[in-house]
Amino acid sequence: MGEVMDRRPYVREMPKSWWLGQRRYTFYMVRELTCLFIGAYALVILVGLFRLSQGPVAYGAFVDALQGPFAIAFHLLALVFALFHTVTWFGLTPKAMPLRLGEKTVPGTAIIVAHYAVWFVVSATLLLVARA
Amino acid sequence: MSEPVLELEVLRYRPETDQDPVFQTYTVPYNSDWVVLDALTHIKDNIDRTLSFRWSCHMAVCGSCGVMINGEPKLSCHTFLRDYYPGKVRVEPLTNFPIERDLVTVADDFMEKLASVKPYVITEEDRPVSAGEHLQSPADLNSFKQYTMCINCMLCYAACPQMGLTPDFVGPAALALAHRYNLDTRDAGREERQEIAASNEGVWDCTFVGACSQVCPKAVDPAAAIQQTKIASTVDWYKALLPWGK
Ligand code: SF4
Repeated sequence: MGEVMDRRPYVREMPKSWWLGQRRYTFYMVRELTCLFIGAYALVILVGLFRLSQGPVAYGAFVDALQGPFAIAFHLLALVFALFHTVTWFGLTPKAMPLRLGEKTVPGTAIIVAHYAVWFVVSATLLLVARA
Repeated sequence: MSEPVLELEVLRYRPETDQDPVFQTYTVPYNSDWVVLDALTHIKDNIDRTLSFRWSCHMAVCGSCGVMINGEPKLSCHTFLRDYYPGKVRVEPLTNFPIERDLVTVADDFMEKLASVKPYVITEEDRPVSAGEHLQSPADLNSFKQYTMCINCMLCYAACPQMGLTPDFVGPAALALAHRYNLDTRDAGREERQEIAASNEGVWDCTFVGACSQVCPKAVDPAAAIQQTKIASTVDWYKALLPWGK
């Protein structure tokens, strides 16, 4: 019989930089980061609504402030992140919401396309309402 | 002409002598139809008998030979040297698991998590054998079949950063199996499984990185199972708020 050896399991620490260096983790972190810009954009809208409730002068000042280069740069950046957020999440929807019709599984692309269709309809309706 | 060779860097940990794991480089003959497991076996048989690693079936069924290969969790029996040659191949034990010795990890925690979700059919009442088969249509089977393909190889646990950040997370394979039995038309055990699956350490520790599904050698797609469990649990929560909900 060989001697019984002591066990000494070795635990490797997870490096703080775990999300750098591997594409799939970096991609995930960027997707998570997009929520900051979407949150900031939601705040801007809330401020706008609040200014609107204060009357036309206050709202006019708010709209003027949006014309500044800083505001435009922020909106462009937020748009890029919002698109990234939307496209990546829509791409994942078939996993979260698989659809079965009788014995058949609805193909994932159909679910993704349906999301874009709803997005388009909602956006178009909003624009129409806003113009009216 | 000399025979082609390939360098294999293997992370070694011998608890009786090594304070920390160290890489050891082995030079093995290059064979285009060899998988990494063949190279490891060659080392064990011809170069260094002290090297430890797990394997059993050599055909991607038993789930024992999972290791990190150049940073990716893979089955060593399913990963050809030709995909790396003439580059080096770096073999490490699966990430997010303690190392027992060399490429062998401690899987006890995973086993406990697996058992915690009760991965077996739970029926309302005991069915005597005389009741005959418990019938199920092919369509019913198809609704969960992909989740039955899991071989418990733990590659998904090695790929999941949440596993490293929050070690209590029940994890992809166990939650996928819970989902598999919840979807099974013969099963009535969902409520029991939800205690674990719908807890914080269950599906809610998952942030949908999706890496588990990308590395799964059996196309189980545990990430999908987890997101579906999240949705079903959320529906449960809203239903319980309704006056006629329980
Ligand atoms: S879900 Fe896939 S990667 Fe995870 S243990 Fe099962 S077979 Fe392995």
